[in-house]
Amino acid sequence: MSGRAIALLLAAIVVALPLSLLAGRVWLDPFDPHLRNAAVILIELRLPRAVLALTVGAGLGAAGAAMQGYLRNPLADPGLFGIAPGAALGAVLSFWTGWAATGWALPMFALVGAGGAMALLALIAGRSGGGALFTLAGLMIASLAGALMSLAISLSPTPFAMSEIVVWLMGAVADRSWREVWIALPLTFAGIVLLIAAGRSLDALTLGEAAARSLGVEPRALQVLLIGGIGLTVGAGVAVAGIIGFVGLIVPHLVRPLTDRKPSSLIAPSALAGALLLLLADVLCRLLPLSGGELRLGIALSLIGAPLFLALLLKMRRELA
Amino acid sequence: MTLSTDNLSLTRGRSLVLDRVTATLEEGSVTAICGPNGAGKSSLLSALAGLLRPAAGTVELDGASLASLHPRQRAKAIGYLPQVPEIAWDLSVANLVALGRLPHRDAGEEAVARALAAAVLGDLASRPVSTLSGGEKARALLARVLAGEPRWILADEPLAALDLSHQLAMLAALQAEAERGTGVVLVLHDLALAMNHADRVLVLREGRLVADGPPELALSAEHIANGWQVTARWLGDPGARALIVG
Repeated sequence: MSGRAIALLLAAIVVALPLSLLAGRVWLDPFDPHLRNAAVILIELRLPRAVLALTVGAGLGAAGAAMQGYLRNPLADPGLFGIAPGAALGAVLSFWTGWAATGWALPMFALVGAGGAMALLALIAGRSGGGALFTLAGLMIASLAGALMSLAISLSPTPFAMSEIVVWLMGAVADRSWREVWIALPLTFAGIVLLIAAGRSLDALTLGEAAARSLGVEPRALQVLLIGGIGLTVGAGVAVAGIIGFVGLIVPHLVRPLTDRKPSSLIAPSALAGALLLLLADVLCRLLPLSGGELRLGIALSLIGAPLFLALLLKMRRELA
Repeated sequence: MTLSTDNLSLTRGRSLVLDRVTATLEEGSVTAICGPNGAGKSSLLSALAGLLRPAAGTVELDGASLASLHPRQRAKAIGYLPQVPEIAWDLSVANLVALGRLPHRDAGEEAVARALAAAVLGDLASRPVSTLSGGEKARALLARVLAGEPRWILADEPLAALDLSHQLAMLAALQAEAERGTGVVLVLHDLALAMNHADRVLVLREGRLVADGPPELALSAEHIANGWQVTARWLGDPGARALIVG
């Protein structure tokens, strides 16, 4: 029942993508006969950047929709499982050890961090498959990774490394190349496939854990799908773009009224809406005149996300009153 | 076609909640599970639904261990309605009821339509569940179970939150299912409802099965005195009896 939402969002992306390629510090005029000279900017800078924004946004949107379905809570965010902080910790360690400067090391360190958090989550959550224990395990991993990250920052070998870490953590898709795209795109795609496969079980969870099990849901199998799906989407996103908040929280909220509200109907449209939101936010980052350089994407999304979230809360408050 | 337990024991933490319960339930009838609070009624129902792992003994469906069945096979055969209803998202009534088709992996439009009709929800099919009254919600959740066309319906206190007319409507729907050959197993607190509407009553006390038989026998004054520590007697005719305490 989400066909209309998917068509609408796809159309919006098809319109927004070419426009986003023209916008930037140097505006490109599509009717300029010398456009060919700008091909390098387009193909080597803006296109990978746009594709990366779409990829990371899609992963975060889908992960948020699946998390909210799993926890039966519209306020759940993919960061809750500790996978994003785990990936960030891996990235921070690559700066700390100096490996970050060499080619593929940074995203690989981050993916190892995400994988470590996923494994730890699977181990602690155990065989019972209960949602509460799983969430608490995720929170524990998130706070542990956060503490270790702070430790690494405070013990930075050089002030330069420290500032590099802090800036990277703010999240961005600027100055990325096709290399990052080839890392994030397949992993994110695989992750979204896993999350969509979890859709039926998430629908059953609408009725609570006991009823879901009576409908044939295997809690442990569902957790494995979710750890895999959220690990791949969020892990890949953090590996190439740093920490970008609010997308996973806000996007499913915005999309839900366009669907029949079943968790399974929400995952694909949330992926598309997340992609669109990140693409537009990145254009905004490029266009805002800031003296010290570009606005960081992670900051921009928090600045956009907080008021949107506030508006949703106020709407909820009106409905409860 | 039977759902049976053989020397079934269940533990929760270190305490024993069911102690060597043996019973064989038949399809096509309404069985009530009664007993004081903490007697193990809900635990027995969950074990019959395959949701709790026995500490000892077995639960069998048609002679095959429930634990050996694939969860989806089990889900097709046994529909379970938990005591505390939960509907996390504001689905339409039709979409909520269609969740009952999940084990079949089909839309089952005919089965959903039949379930909506059986629960008298036809007019409400497109309404969001948040706009339903408590009685309508309970009917929608029952219809969710009916839509799966299970051979067994296991419901934990399905009448507890309902007013008198809704209780009777719900019971009528369940009895109609039993007449069609479905095995209906209900945990019931209200002994008069069990006496008047069940074909068979199991009485539990402290995890043990202390009475099992037709309601007149299982819920005799003597068994009520033993099970609930209450002096009571039945008045009225079969099918319309009232319990007088004291």
